[in-house]
Amino acid sequence: MKIREIVDILEADIITGADDLDREVFTVCGSDLMSDVLAFVKEQAVLLTGLVNPQVIRTAEMMDMTCVVFVRGKKPDLNMIDLANEMEIVLLGTDYEMFTACGRLYTNGLRGRSGK
Amino acid sequence: MEPLHLHYDVNGNDFTCAGEASGKIKRTLKSLGFSPAIIRNVAIAVYEAEINMVIHAGGGVIDCTIQPDQILVVLKDTGPGIPDIEQAMQEGWSTAPENIRQLGFGAGMGLPNIKKYSDDLKIDSTVGVGTTITITVRNHP
Repeated sequence: MKIREIVDILEADIITGADDLDREVFTVCGSDLMSDVLAFVKEQAVLLTGLVNPQVIRTAEMMDMTCVVFVRGKKPDLNMIDLANEMEIVLLGTDYEMFTACGRLYTNGLRGRSGK
Repeated sequence: MEPLHLHYDVNGNDFTCAGEASGKIKRTLKSLGFSPAIIRNVAIAVYEAEINMVIHAGGGVIDCTIQPDQILVVLKDTGPGIPDIEQAMQEGWSTAPENIRQLGFGAGMGLPNIKKYSDDLKIDSTVGVGTTITITVRNHP
């Protein structure tokens, strides 16, 4: 799925990376616990999180994650936006809560690490 | 290639900066052409260790030696030390304060994650003196 489709499905705001919306993503990790995210490697994954601090961007960087979606209307600060721009990570924001955001993406074909 | 040495001082007072050194190591490995899997293993292991250093030890120093066949990273702090390393290695065991948990860390996954992503992990720790973590990731071309 392209990030562009995630924008539509989650009715998301594009915070950074407007030029990179044609990147393909295959899996989704939904978590507020960065150590859990760091435990599960998957190629071209999207991170959904309600956590807002620079370590979210760092975690995505270490994992080669190409896109981070903030749920529940959470907004990253300028420092995080600068970091994401530097790392070329697409940041999106949606008003849907975690459960609903994950459900909408799942219904549209994205899967978690297990692929099930 | 000659071994490449990198050195970083990690500021223990600013959690928002934790991960800067790991990010720089990652970008250096990328520029040297290591495979994405090797780079990610190093990046994740060192990042978890750097976070630990900031959370528990008030910062420290990181020394990284890059060779074609292996990447060696030594993280040294003068923090409180780990009284029981075996216990600390267990998934879920954590002594991190609540404010760190609210930031998404301190769930007792740090050391297990470092072990998972490294080929060799050595922990030398003395209570009241400090901890030295040595991470080796081998490159199998």
